[in-house]
Amino acid sequence: MFRPSHELTKKELKEKNYQNLLSTITFFLFMPALIIIFLLFLKGYPALSWDFIFQDPINGMTAGGIFPTIVGTFWLVIISVIVSCPLGVIAAIYLSEYAADNKLNRMIRLAILNLAGVPSIVHALFGLGAFVLFLNMGTSILAASFTLAVMNLPVIITSTLESLQSVPLSYREASWNVGASKLQTIRHIVLPNSIPGILTGLVFSVGRSAGETAAILFTGVAFYLPFLPKSVFDQCMSLSMHLFTISTQVVGVPDAYPFATALVLILLILSVNSISVGLRYYFRTRRKW
Amino acid sequence: MIKKIQIKDLTVNYGSKDVIHSLNLDIYQNEILAIIGPANSGKSSLLKCLNRMTDFNNSARITGDILLDDESIYKDEDSTFLRRRIGMVSPLPVGLPMTIKENVTYAPRMAGCKDPAELDAIMEDCLKKAALWDEVKDRLNTLATKLSGGQQQRLTIARALSHHPEVLCLDEFSIAIDPVTTMKIEAVLNELKKNITIVMVTNVINQAKRLGDRTAMMLHGKILDLNTNERIFGGEVTDIRTKDYIEGLFG
Repeated sequence: MFRPSHELTKKELKEKNYQNLLSTITFFLFMPALIIIFLLFLKGYPALSWDFIFQDPINGMTAGGIFPTIVGTFWLVIISVIVSCPLGVIAAIYLSEYAADNKLNRMIRLAILNLAGVPSIVHALFGLGAFVLFLNMGTSILAASFTLAVMNLPVIITSTLESLQSVPLSYREASWNVGASKLQTIRHIVLPNSIPGILTGLVFSVGRSAGETAAILFTGVAFYLPFLPKSVFDQCMSLSMHLFTISTQVVGVPDAYPFATALVLILLILSVNSISVGLRYYFRTRRKW
Repeated sequence: MIKKIQIKDLTVNYGSKDVIHSLNLDIYQNEILAIIGPANSGKSSLLKCLNRMTDFNNSARITGDILLDDESIYKDEDSTFLRRRIGMVSPLPVGLPMTIKENVTYAPRMAGCKDPAELDAIMEDCLKKAALWDEVKDRLNTLATKLSGGQQQRLTIARALSHHPEVLCLDEFSIAIDPVTTMKIEAVLNELKKNITIVMVTNVINQAKRLGDRTAMMLHGKILDLNTNERIFGGEVTDIRTKDYIEGLFG
């Protein structure tokens, strides 16, 4: 006799097991992030105060705050994003919408993908040669930001390219069909529907820039500066570099300081990310297909 | 009769495959020309040549010439303005990912019309012609992608009319539309042909019979037969395959 209930329970059990397996794996992947933030809070909390954030470091960086490093990181990230985002998006638009599908353009795409995998210290050497020396910017915020921008370009181009190409061809055709030009189609159909993807690339690059140490090491970041940068041609301090310095190079730094610095860095990146998650959500609710 | 479109010795191939073979065809002003024929005979490709959508297909090779009002459509490098003169309804309905209102006013806006009152008037007029107005007039600001397939198809028709084309090309416009609504749209097309020229590809032979002034039978990229509807459907054909196709014996 046909008895479906037995079969079904077995299958259901199996499905349940798979589900549990997947959620466990996800949980274990998520754990490190939680543990890191928890530990940083635990160990950095004693040093954390408004004074810590808004004061200059004093006594050879063994006391005081980290304000100049926050300012420095802020400028580095902002300028690098201002430079790399329009360039990256424009390059991606060209590659996706205008470039013919030939050998040269396929090689260009491959090169961009490979560029994303180049170690940041190599970008630093490029920045040193190209911006600091050849363009004569000196070690400055500008040179360091440009180096970060070059480092982030492949990421922004790749993510933008992917989101542009996820817009169905039928939308473009419908737009061309009613007499919209190629540029109008990009402006009104393609770009509005790929903003979430473009934002993703942007967030990645902000996070990478804020945390980057090697790429700015030779190009614009100072070990210790007793004053805030006055222009983009000054050097600056940065959170990531400062973290490295007080962890390894300076004697007599209170135990909590490096942890508190790392915590500030992570919170800054998290807040930028959450803004962009909010923006993504806003644009996603407008896009539906 | 005035020749609106003259197709001269048109050959189209995608790579190695010839889809249209040295085709000659004149389309007269203010007529409805129906094009029938089995699948893969080049009907849709012919329409795509008329508004140069083939420009966007890198593998398409086109020889021959098409004249619109005695001027080659290949005269200008940029085909954007040509497409503003020719309305195109593709068989697969595509609601652009914006509101219904934005969809229908898209073409006039892209052509530079900014006056809200004029845009509203165009929208209402086109939606009425496409027999969609009554269904959507209360939710013009909802997303067009939420409409049903048949509604999206009528939206496509409304969009194709929104830039006041001189020639309207319809590629199987009624496949997702119910018979009653189809009749409404057909009545509108009959009305429209007083001002514009209509080229219509259809798989519904009765639709060609009802609506067309002339009917062309296409097969393997060639026109087998082209004549007025009375003659074609009266059995006066030059190729026996046309008659077989019309009577459903083909294949």
